[in-house]
Amino acid sequence: MKKKRLLLSLIFISIVMLLSGCDSKLAVLNPKGPVAKTQANTIIFSILMMAFVLIVVYILYIIMLTKYRASKTSDDYEPPHIEGNKWLELTWTAIPVIIVAILSVVTVQTTYAVEKVPAGYEDQKPLVIYASSSDWKWHFSYPEEGIETVNYVNIPTNRPVEFRLYSYGPITSFWVPQLGGQKYAMTDMITKLNLVAEHEGSYLGKNANFSGKGFAKMEFEVQAQSPGDYTKWVNDVKQTAPKLTEQEFNTLLKTDFVGRKSYSSTHLGFAPPPEGDMAGHQHGGDSKTEKDSGSENMDHMNHDMSGMDMSGSSSMEHGH
Amino acid sequence: MKINDTLPLEYRTEENSNKILGFWLFLGAEIALFSTLFAVYFTLWNRTGNGPTGKDIFEVSGVIWETLLLLTSSFTCGLGIHAMRLNLKKPMMIFFGITLLMGLGFLGIEITEFVNYVHEGATMQTSAFLSSLFILLGTHGLHVTMGILWGSSILIQVNREGFTDATANKSFIFSLYWHFLDVVWIFIFSFVYLKGLM
Amino acid sequence: MKWDEFFVTGEPMIYGADISIVLVSLAIIIGLTYFKKWGYLWREWLTTVDHKRIGVMYIISALLMLFRGGVDALLMRTQLATPDSKFLDAQHYNEIFTTHGVVMILFMAMPFIIGMMNVVVPLQIGARDVAFPRLNAVSFWLFFSGAMLFNLSFVIGGSPDAGWSAYFPLASNEFSPTVGMNYYSLALQISGIGTLLTGVNFIVTILKMRAPGMKLMRMPMFTWSVLITNVIILFAFPVLTVALALMMFDRLFGTQFFTMANGGMDMLWANLFWVWGHPEVYIVVLPAFGIFSDVISTFSKRNLYGYKSMVVSMVAISFLSFLVWAHHFYTMGTGAMVNSFFSITTMAIAVPTGVKIFNWLFTLRKGKISFTSPMLYAMAFIPIFTFGGVTGVMLAMASADYQYHNTMFLVAHFHYVLIPGTVFGVVAGMHYWFPKMFGFRLNERLAKWAFWLIVVGFNTAFMPLFFLGLDGMTRRTYTYSAATGYGPLNMVATIGAFVCAIGFVVLCYNFYYSFRHSPRDENGDPWDARTLEWSTPSPVPAYNFAKMPIVNSQDAFWYSKKQKVPLYEDGPYEEIHMPSNSGQPVILGIIMFFLGFFLVFSWFIPAIIAGIGVVIMLAVRSFERDHGYHISAKEIAATEQKLRGDTV
Repeated sequence: MKKKRLLLSLIFISIVMLLSGCDSKLAVLNPKGPVAKTQANTIIFSILMMAFVLIVVYILYIIMLTKYRASKTSDDYEPPHIEGNKWLELTWTAIPVIIVAILSVVTVQTTYAVEKVPAGYEDQKPLVIYASSSDWKWHFSYPEEGIETVNYVNIPTNRPVEFRLYSYGPITSFWVPQLGGQKYAMTDMITKLNLVAEHEGSYLGKNANFSGKGFAKMEFEVQAQSPGDYTKWVNDVKQTAPKLTEQEFNTLLKTDFVGRKSYSSTHLGFAPPPEGDMAGHQHGGDSKTEKDSGSENMDHMNHDMSGMDMSGSSSMEHGH
Repeated sequence: MKINDTLPLEYRTEENSNKILGFWLFLGAEIALFSTLFAVYFTLWNRTGNGPTGKDIFEVSGVIWETLLLLTSSFTCGLGIHAMRLNLKKPMMIFFGITLLMGLGFLGIEITEFVNYVHEGATMQTSAFLSSLFILLGTHGLHVTMGILWGSSILIQVNREGFTDATANKSFIFSLYWHFLDVVWIFIFSFVYLKGLM
Repeated sequence: MKWDEFFVTGEPMIYGADISIVLVSLAIIIGLTYFKKWGYLWREWLTTVDHKRIGVMYIISALLMLFRGGVDALLMRTQLATPDSKFLDAQHYNEIFTTHGVVMILFMAMPFIIGMMNVVVPLQIGARDVAFPRLNAVSFWLFFSGAMLFNLSFVIGGSPDAGWSAYFPLASNEFSPTVGMNYYSLALQISGIGTLLTGVNFIVTILKMRAPGMKLMRMPMFTWSVLITNVIILFAFPVLTVALALMMFDRLFGTQFFTMANGGMDMLWANLFWVWGHPEVYIVVLPAFGIFSDVISTFSKRNLYGYKSMVVSMVAISFLSFLVWAHHFYTMGTGAMVNSFFSITTMAIAVPTGVKIFNWLFTLRKGKISFTSPMLYAMAFIPIFTFGGVTGVMLAMASADYQYHNTMFLVAHFHYVLIPGTVFGVVAGMHYWFPKMFGFRLNERLAKWAFWLIVVGFNTAFMPLFFLGLDGMTRRTYTYSAATGYGPLNMVATIGAFVCAIGFVVLCYNFYYSFRHSPRDENGDPWDARTLEWSTPSPVPAYNFAKMPIVNSQDAFWYSKKQKVPLYEDGPYEEIHMPSNSGQPVILGIIMFFLGFFLVFSWFIPAIIAGIGVVIMLAVRSFERDHGYHISAKEIAATEQKLRGDTV
């Protein structure tokens, strides 16, 4: 009994050491950008705080179990009646309150931090990429560059990237562990995720939220390139890849697994994302769709207004 | 069996006073239920899709009649319980009868209203707003229906047995239920109809 | 609908299940007929309104469901043991983790807890039964028919496959076209109504039926936890009722609550589900806290330390449990402010929970601790649950949760709280109160073997998942490639799961072994315990207490033993009024089962007929005048004489 507990605490302490070691292999604790770094630091900090709590509890626990077992007391020992102790009870209320308060401050600060464009990158114009999911793939649309990819996304290093997430079906969650935490993609609204890659390299991204049969295969590659390489890649795609037609896009939506694709135009024109007036399914009526043209967040899009009706994309249609 | 003669008949046995407390707790759960339905309605009420809004379909006259009927029925239900406390069997049965008839009248108007909505193309399937409207009103309507069935069975029992521990207890609990439905309706009237018409 | 769509076909595992279901049913029917036990079964069990028997039926059902959910778990772990495993396909895996979650929470943890409440609470407060015995039977049969309906989906129509949280639009007809999710909405609805009625019943029981002198602040901690739990049930379950009803309307009648067009809002489901779902976590864990409090106090031979702060902390937890639901979806994009609010409320729960941990530790202090099997589970609970708790605080930090959400880290966390919390709690309770239920103790040697297998297996199974989560392994993934490097830790976890499963097999074998070999309990108080239930003979007679106990303090039975003051008034026995058995609850349960089944397949005419059947049953009950029956003073004297010798 006693040995096992001691062993447990030893294991735990070694775990903490392992986790806080700087060259950890665990993806979440091996950040490659400022957002993931903030989160990794928060995690390490909370582990240390919690380790303190655990050590206090485990030490008390071991003391109680070793000192007061029946085999160590005399047969006629009669345990006393003790109601409690106001000061002790206040102590173990107050200390957790302080710990929670400290953690709350850290949480609020970091939560605001990871929602914003990371510090030091606010001055740069972010690269906007629409990332939309459909069963079971990811579509990445670059409105400014006018290109679109499927199941892989290239980004320049040291430039803020604003992912605008939405879904053509079940709720999915866009996650690149080494660049930052995840966020949901849903059908009727856009969620935004700001990420920066500070190191060149290839990072695994995935859908983290269960979305049906093909869920496990819903992975993509994030390739962080130097700005030069990135521009070169964009130009390559523009020149060599085919255009994404509405028909082609609908076929993509309907196909379960498609592998990687590149296109020299985006689907945003004929199938606009659910933002601005398009959010919240207010887009069905004829009168409402027409005034979308003025919507400010579509300024970098160069699309054909006549295709605004969402019924163009089959998976948005409803079988009722 | 513990019996306390100082209490009104419906509370007198321990079992019956437990039943009344139990029913109050059940009404607590009902409040949670209707609160959730209201929350759903308030979340979805402007998500009308391609369908009509509340303003397009609500008709004032029917709603006013429904409200009048239900409020009055709650009053007559209270009079019924008062008569029971005075051990007046016939007046009690008459007041309860009126209560149930008014409940039926309420249901009749509500059903007509639903039929009208459907004729105007506003069905449960049209939009999230209408789904939540039909479910909220329908749940209340279903409660009224169950109340009418329950009240009728109590009337038969009072008629057969007069006021006993059992029948007095049932009648009293029924009156709690009926008042509760009235309160829910006041919320529906204010926050669904009045707000929708504004 | 064609027959091959009606029955699930084409799978050897399912055919195996079909055959075993038919064989087991036949064996039961033949066995009952051969041993002429039909009448016994009907009279003594199916129609019973005795809280102790209803409690036992709940616990037996829970153990059966533990087996079902446990097999699901082993199948999942087998699939994940190696990379790119072909043991299960994606659809199967999805169905299995969905049913594992639903079965374990709603059809294992809940009935186990409610079974414990049923057996113990009236005895602890000195009552002859619960406030509404008949309603109690209705609760049980509604739970049972819901559980059977849910399990039927395995062989008829197809299992639900959208996760136990059933997020829309995945759970809509479009993405989940089989009837599986219909089963989910209806089975949970039926058993949920039963649970709600239990909530009403136990609040009234505890508030109104306590023995003379038992003030609220003299109640045993388990009874306190049950009272608070049932208040949570009362306010949380109606939300589930609404959520499931909306789901049913979306799937069966084409409404637009959670759809992707016409104004539907998928995240509304997630909100409703977790407004119920988070309090639900405390519904299954608070009674376990109560059990641990009683067990720790009994086996330290000491009164519970900080009784008042124990009560206050449970009230605080129950209140906070309604204010934290959005921490299940920080990643929905509601913004830093909302997330910060829910982070703080969530972390705040750590404070009252911490108070409880320290109070338990200080109950041990200056005690005289004996390590019986219930105490072993309680002692394993403290360190393991604390570990689960602190990982919960880590998850509560919204910024960090963006990295933990939907990963194995989360899976590890909630198993680290639910297994030591709920499962160890009910298992400890079962070992503790077993002699009260059946009149003999479980064999301690086998119980300890089971305990060590379960504890070691559990830690081996779930500790690796924390690391897998931090390495980016998502939950609900049916397979992974070797390149991810997740293989070795998953293999370790699978081995742990099997060790744990062996522990549960030993635990169940112990029932049989002890039934054969354990000495029968003589005085009704085998543990030298403290609370009123141990003052009755074991097994407890139908009327529980021949005379009403007099309560002057907490742990009244303990002090009556120590100070040699009588617990019962002197004087002759009086006749006792008892409620009669009734077949109505079980019939109502069967009708509800068919109502649910017909609705699952959208067979509306039969469903309406079944619905009318339900109304008829209500009317029958309304017109019935059941005055119960009386046990005469002479009969009581004889029974007491037989059970206690002539000590009373």
